[in-house]
Amino acid sequence: MALVEIRGLHVDFGSPARPLPAVDGVDLDIGAGEIVGLVGESGSGKSMTGLALMGLVDAPGRVRAERVAFDDQDLLALSMRERAKLAGGRIAMIFQDPQASLDPCYTVGFQLDEAIRLHGSAAERANPTARRERAVSLLREVDIPDPPQRLHAYPHQLSGGMAQRVMIAIAVAGRPRLLIADEPTTALDVTVQAQVLALLARLRREHDMAMLLITHDLPVVAETADRVVVMYAGQVMETGDVPAIFEAPGHPYTQALLDSIPEHNEGRARLRTIAGVVPGIDDRPTGCLLAPRCERAEPICSSERPLLRGGGAHRAVRCHFPLLKP
Amino acid sequence: MTAPLLEARDLVRHYRAPGGYFRARGTVRALDGVSFTLHAGRTLAVVGESGSGKSTLARQVTMVETPTAGELRIDGRDVNADAAYRKALRPQVQMVFQNPYASLNPRRTVGQLLEEPLAIQRRCTARERRHAAYTMLAKVGLRPEHYSRYPHVFSGGQRQRIAIARALMLRPRLVVADEPVSALDVSIQAQVLNLLMDLQQEFGAAYLFIAHNLSVVRHIADDVLVMYRGKVVEQGRKHDLFAHPQHPYTQALFASTPRLRARSHEERQTLPLPAPESWPLAPDSGP
Repeated sequence: MALVEIRGLHVDFGSPARPLPAVDGVDLDIGAGEIVGLVGESGSGKSMTGLALMGLVDAPGRVRAERVAFDDQDLLALSMRERAKLAGGRIAMIFQDPQASLDPCYTVGFQLDEAIRLHGSAAERANPTARRERAVSLLREVDIPDPPQRLHAYPHQLSGGMAQRVMIAIAVAGRPRLLIADEPTTALDVTVQAQVLALLARLRREHDMAMLLITHDLPVVAETADRVVVMYAGQVMETGDVPAIFEAPGHPYTQALLDSIPEHNEGRARLRTIAGVVPGIDDRPTGCLLAPRCERAEPICSSERPLLRGGGAHRAVRCHFPLLKP
Repeated sequence: MTAPLLEARDLVRHYRAPGGYFRARGTVRALDGVSFTLHAGRTLAVVGESGSGKSTLARQVTMVETPTAGELRIDGRDVNADAAYRKALRPQVQMVFQNPYASLNPRRTVGQLLEEPLAIQRRCTARERRHAAYTMLAKVGLRPEHYSRYPHVFSGGQRQRIAIARALMLRPRLVVADEPVSALDVSIQAQVLNLLMDLQQEFGAAYLFIAHNLSVVRHIADDVLVMYRGKVVEQGRKHDLFAHPQHPYTQALFASTPRLRARSHEERQTLPLPAPESWPLAPDSGP
């Protein structure tokens, strides 16, 4: 039984008569304690998928799905209030820019206390001393030096890496079963990125916390995730286990993404590229979404949208002519 | 070998950090004795984390700022000794910025953006300028009808092409590119890197390429300069440096960089840095 089960998730913008799909029928399973990498270029709908799962898609965006279940609980049946209680508690989220996610007017201690007051255990919620102890232990857990002192720090006094650690401490205050991390290390230096990724991996191990790692950075996913979901223009193109999916991609898009990374082009004078750009939300092709940019496209590709075939958690590919048989 | 196009000797740039109620006035040593040479037609990549002085170096090389000490020589002459020489050099040194959403004036059409450098330099007639702009558009992979459009209709990759085109309008001998591809998607990043390399072949400009992505650097650079807190910790030919990084910081940088290929646990462990990020960030108390 998967911790998260999403079937046919749609997030639409535009008018109801002429909807513009940002997320277009996404199926996604996340097992307990599993790290799933959700990969895609800008406009692929990866962040919107995370926000929809968190219940944070604002009007004019409209979310609908056949099923969104968390821990066997149907999230779509919950009231707004129940949903809000879940978000930040058992499902937590961190974002790309930690400095923008923290409130500049309040100390680290106040913001941690707020999270514990809302999502901590019953004993912590009732007792300010217990909350303070928990806040200190959370900061210690995310490797922040001298935690009691740091409670008095304001966000502007933190470096980017430290601010992201504080965000992670706030996120895990409610002992989440799932952490949605949207580009958590994109704004950080590579050395700090390695530390933060190691921290997230450790938290996952110690708390059996599942993670949805949303990023455009394939090497980060290759080193962190158990399984990868590749999105393009609102749809899932391929899913598969790491490292199998990187060693033998099944979808030409996954292959092309890998080929455009300099690491895959050692000794070549020119990088291989994908011609053209991601189609906009209002001009998606009727056939395969990749067809206009795909070197292997045949006539059927521009007339008929392929299905995501293969199924199961291990490998599924949305292509008429997959590079390997699923 | 011929004389270098650009030579920095012990370049130093300090900034005064403002004092506050609880903090004495201090000096930030953004650049603290940096030396290197760059030859025509070659690419020198500058690598380092935020605060290492990469962008400060770019501001000295583009002559936007004057170094506190040290010499910056172009064609063997100190640029900061002679104002007339500096003025003559300005069109020869151009810059490409990281964020093409911020670096292009939204009120100018692409044509105006491309022709502006030529108009400022008063090199040619309006007709010649127009012709040069169309030629350059084609070279960077844009279409003639893009000439009269405004930047907001373009994607990030196309905007960066426009920014590159603008930087090359004066046929500079040196282009300083500050993280030119880090705001772009991977597939677009590859297109823009290819473009930069093609244009270097065609125009022979030298690139000072500032980046934090080592796999990008490995692809595009001839030589690499690794900076840490205003100092050069290691420099050398790309192949030597990537094969045998000498300095512990360079080694830490390589070990921290995620790879697609599976790495052993020892290879990917996060090395403790020589100086961990300090808290809170305090400026050095300087002279």
